[in-house]
Amino acid sequence: MENFNQIESNILNKIKNVNDRNSYDSIKTEIFGKKGIITELFKKIGSLNQSEKKEYASKLNSLKTKITEILEKKLTDFNQSEINKKLENEKIDVTLPGRTYFAGKIHPVSQVIDEVTSIFSEIGFSVEDGPDVENEYYNFSALNTPENHPARDMHDTFYLDRSKDLLLRTHTSPVQIRTMLKSKPPFKIIAPGRTYRHDSDKTHSPMFHQLEGLHVDKNISMGHLKGCLYYFVKKFFEVEKVKIRFRPSHFPFTEPSAEVDIGYKIHNGKIKIGEGDKWLEILGCGMVHPKVLKNVKVNPNQYQGYAFGVGIDRLAMLKYEINDLRAFFESDIRWLEFYGFDPLDVPTNYRGLSR
Amino acid sequence: MITSLSWLKNHLATKANLNQIAERLTEIGLEVENIKSSNDNLDNFIVCKIIKSQKHPNADKLKLCDVDTGSGNLVKVVCGAQNARDGLFSVYAPPSAVIPKTNMKLKIAKIRGIESHGMLCSGYELNESSNKEGIIELNKKEKNIGDKYFKNIGEKTMDIAITPNRPDCLGVLGIARDLASSGLGKLKKQPRIKINQKFKSPIKVSIKKEKDQGCGIFGSVYIKNVQNKESPNWLKKRIISLGLKPISAIVDATNYVMFDLNRPLHAYDADKIDQEIIVRNSKKGESFKALDNKKYTLQNNMCAISDKSGVLGLGGIIGGTRSGTEFSTKNILLESAYFFPSLIRKTSKILNIDTDAKYRFERGIDPDSIKLGLELGMCMILDICGGEASKFSIVGKIKDERKIIDLEQEKFSKVIGFPIVSAEIKKILFSLGCSLRMSGKKIKVLPPTWRPDIKEDIDLIEELTRIKGYDKIPLINPEKENIKDTLNHKQKLFHFVQRSVSSKGFTEAVTWSFTDSKTDILFSELKSEIKLSNPISSDLDVLRSSLYSNLIISAKKNIHRNFEDLMLFEIGPVFKGTKPGEQSTMISAIKTGKYSRKNWIEKERNFDVFDIKNDALKTLNEIGINNLKIVVSNKTKKWYHPGRSGLLSLGSTGGPELAYFGEIHPSIIKRLDLRTENVLGFEIFLDNIPESRKKIREAKPQFIVSDYQKVFRDFAFVIDEKYSSGEIINLVQKVDNELIKVVKIFDIYQGDNIDSGKKSIAFNVTLEPRDKTLSDNDIDQISKKIISVVQETTGATLRS
Repeated sequence: MENFNQIESNILNKIKNVNDRNSYDSIKTEIFGKKGIITELFKKIGSLNQSEKKEYASKLNSLKTKITEILEKKLTDFNQSEINKKLENEKIDVTLPGRTYFAGKIHPVSQVIDEVTSIFSEIGFSVEDGPDVENEYYNFSALNTPENHPARDMHDTFYLDRSKDLLLRTHTSPVQIRTMLKSKPPFKIIAPGRTYRHDSDKTHSPMFHQLEGLHVDKNISMGHLKGCLYYFVKKFFEVEKVKIRFRPSHFPFTEPSAEVDIGYKIHNGKIKIGEGDKWLEILGCGMVHPKVLKNVKVNPNQYQGYAFGVGIDRLAMLKYEINDLRAFFESDIRWLEFYGFDPLDVPTNYRGLSR
Repeated sequence: MITSLSWLKNHLATKANLNQIAERLTEIGLEVENIKSSNDNLDNFIVCKIIKSQKHPNADKLKLCDVDTGSGNLVKVVCGAQNARDGLFSVYAPPSAVIPKTNMKLKIAKIRGIESHGMLCSGYELNESSNKEGIIELNKKEKNIGDKYFKNIGEKTMDIAITPNRPDCLGVLGIARDLASSGLGKLKKQPRIKINQKFKSPIKVSIKKEKDQGCGIFGSVYIKNVQNKESPNWLKKRIISLGLKPISAIVDATNYVMFDLNRPLHAYDADKIDQEIIVRNSKKGESFKALDNKKYTLQNNMCAISDKSGVLGLGGIIGGTRSGTEFSTKNILLESAYFFPSLIRKTSKILNIDTDAKYRFERGIDPDSIKLGLELGMCMILDICGGEASKFSIVGKIKDERKIIDLEQEKFSKVIGFPIVSAEIKKILFSLGCSLRMSGKKIKVLPPTWRPDIKEDIDLIEELTRIKGYDKIPLINPEKENIKDTLNHKQKLFHFVQRSVSSKGFTEAVTWSFTDSKTDILFSELKSEIKLSNPISSDLDVLRSSLYSNLIISAKKNIHRNFEDLMLFEIGPVFKGTKPGEQSTMISAIKTGKYSRKNWIEKERNFDVFDIKNDALKTLNEIGINNLKIVVSNKTKKWYHPGRSGLLSLGSTGGPELAYFGEIHPSIIKRLDLRTENVLGFEIFLDNIPESRKKIREAKPQFIVSDYQKVFRDFAFVIDEKYSSGEIINLVQKVDNELIKVVKIFDIYQGDNIDSGKKSIAFNVTLEPRDKTLSDNDIDQISKKIISVVQETTGATLRS
């Protein structure tokens, strides 16, 4: 019988010298090829007698297994070292900047409109809108502000015609009128939008944004108004406690009317909403005047409710600490990118209003 | 309305201090805007003398003055007044002084390169006259230099914001009454002083009966042998505390009564009245010189107080110089009248006059206060100036417009949310001056003559709530129940598309709805622009008809600041006409400059049409429009580069217009001096985006995938250049809509080896079989079909 130990050591000697892919391939052929050492040994099995056959086959098979394993290990090592070499060559400076990537921003006014809409949506308000160009009736008369009423002085108006019938709405309140005229009570709506007054200085811009609110039903009292606005202010400024003051005021289209102040203090040069002993006016509100209800064919003996109007830009300024109102509309890209919001940052109740 | 604690105490017995009073006033709707010790700032204003005045070296219209302010050193002040001259005595305001008219705080400032330490003041700036021309000229002596200009011992004053419904609180009495009603003191009864009024007024007064007569009642008293003089100190102080300047005892007394009782009076020099007073409608063209030293020319039907010679003054608005009182005046006629609010307002608007009297009359003066005003005015004048008073003459009568209001107790709690007992209702309304009577469960209320704002029960409910305190209103938590969806389709679309465009790298701008007509016209197809009658400035004179107008103006500002690679968008209204509703909602975006700049890994390139086209297409896809339904054509608008722009429409080239996109016309870029090579833009017509009848989940077909290998084949043709790539893709796609999934154009070439007028186009076709693996033969068949269709339809030749 063959000396398998001798054969094995011969083969191992050959393998030992293998140090590249080519010599590996030729050694493999020399051992396992058609005329390879191991192949030839297998061919002999048929010519052996029964007594030798078993032992011979067993030894040959274990030799084959051993050699195969050694070769496979060798191959893995080759592959690994090739990859290592490749990795070494492919090394780059990852601190280099990448390709151009564009990220847009959402304007603070839009973001605040979405925040406010989310809050009021939670308590059952739906959104209405109306035209920017209004006629005198919807903007003033229907809202119990007849011509020659001094309250009109507070609304410096842009006109589109000489007869002063067509104008740019001075507030979002005409949406109340349009909403109530086109359907039947109950009404529970908010209306955000652009408003215009002929005024321009550090705190006034000829265009600004308002949010109108209206809730009319059979038993809506001033207590509901108070509850709604407390809820709103707390949610909007995302504070647990909030100091709010309702102060009597006058608007022709509400009676009783109120202005709402929130408490604040200046801490380390920053405004802190909700605490402190200073007051800041943030909105006007009141119970819808019976004359307004009559003007829109709603029976004031059956229905009553409240309305309010908030300055959206002002809310944005307070919450996000923006000083100059006029900068909102100047489209300076530096300002827009600084104060703007990520488009994926959609205000929602469940995820939190702001990050 | 300005008042002080001591003045309030004339009418109110109270132990409260100023802060308590201020707090309560705010609580009951008379908002105290600020409390100031009036002299703090006014003490700054000093009598000075201009020692030398010379031309400012860097400005023709300015002067550089050396001013003696009494401090020992001369001060350098830059001044623009014509009348600034050597030796003139005037009023000096040092740095840190606040100018009364503008509330501007002075600082040491360089004016045209030269530091100015403070300023010389005009009467206008000190709220003393309406004359803006020139600085104050004082008749003073050397020894006065350095004196305080305002002689005032400052008691703290409150500035109260009075809402237009409360004319009664434009007088101290009204404010005191509200305070008393709220429990902060007791209203004092004013003692009646008996004056011997023996003779009849020698000046006859008549109110002409005519349509739109602006005067209802004219009350007057004639006082003879007065000696007009400077007011006593107490009166001067009161007048100064109002921010007014003391003039003479007679004028100061009339002003005092106006602010004390909200009862305007007017004093005439009776000797200057030609025979009699006739209150009549003016005739167009009549004119008079008013006490503000301006000449007014009247229209028809303004309320003219006149005599035999002509107009003396405008009733309830302003008196005239012809009959004005002077220190030498001997006999006066004191007027206390009622003028109708709407006519006052009309006249003053036309003539653009604003006076304290006008402000009060247009809000509504107590028609019952005529006698009270005459009495107080007369007493003050007799007291200070002496003289003898005639009997009162009161001409005219007006209808009492007040109505008795029925008030139901339950209505209060229904509207306000907490109950009130009837005793309290009566107490509060009575203290405000109402007359009350019970009638079953109702309370019948007659409001006082000084409250024209109380007309119905809701007005009384407001009074009760106000006096009770708004803090008593309960807080009822909101219900979290929706009666309908928060947003409708259009609103959802608005919010979605806004963030869709932004997520592509565009930054949102919010610009004004008005714009510059010269820019807007470049982007407009309107027949006539939508002009504002009263624009805020000449470059914001029209309503925008395109979002591009302001976006491009904004881009220009940023580019000129060296921010040249920009991506901006706006969503909002554009206007088509002047009527309500003639507007539509658009979203437009622009990009300028380069896609990448100075980047080691990317080749620098400008943004191009295919960037903006993709932005528009992707946005339309995201808002729910199937890409297969969007047709791209080269239809365009005048503001685009005619060869580099197009239209995205729905279904077919003639279908609803979804969006235009392209390069903005180079001549517009040049004309607006944008200083960039390229501006790309798209505009999406949100009003044309159809509302899908089905939810996305309903509109989706069944999910079917093929298990068979997909196959790719490339084709290249030489084709007449008139055929657009879109046409070729459509052509190939239609060969077998089932099998052909994608047609991708990967090369377009014109130039060497291609005949002129032709182009080479190469595309890759993806075949995705549904039911079997494609055999070589199948692939051959479809390839041949594609080649023959392209060749037959376009005359193209296959490129080898």
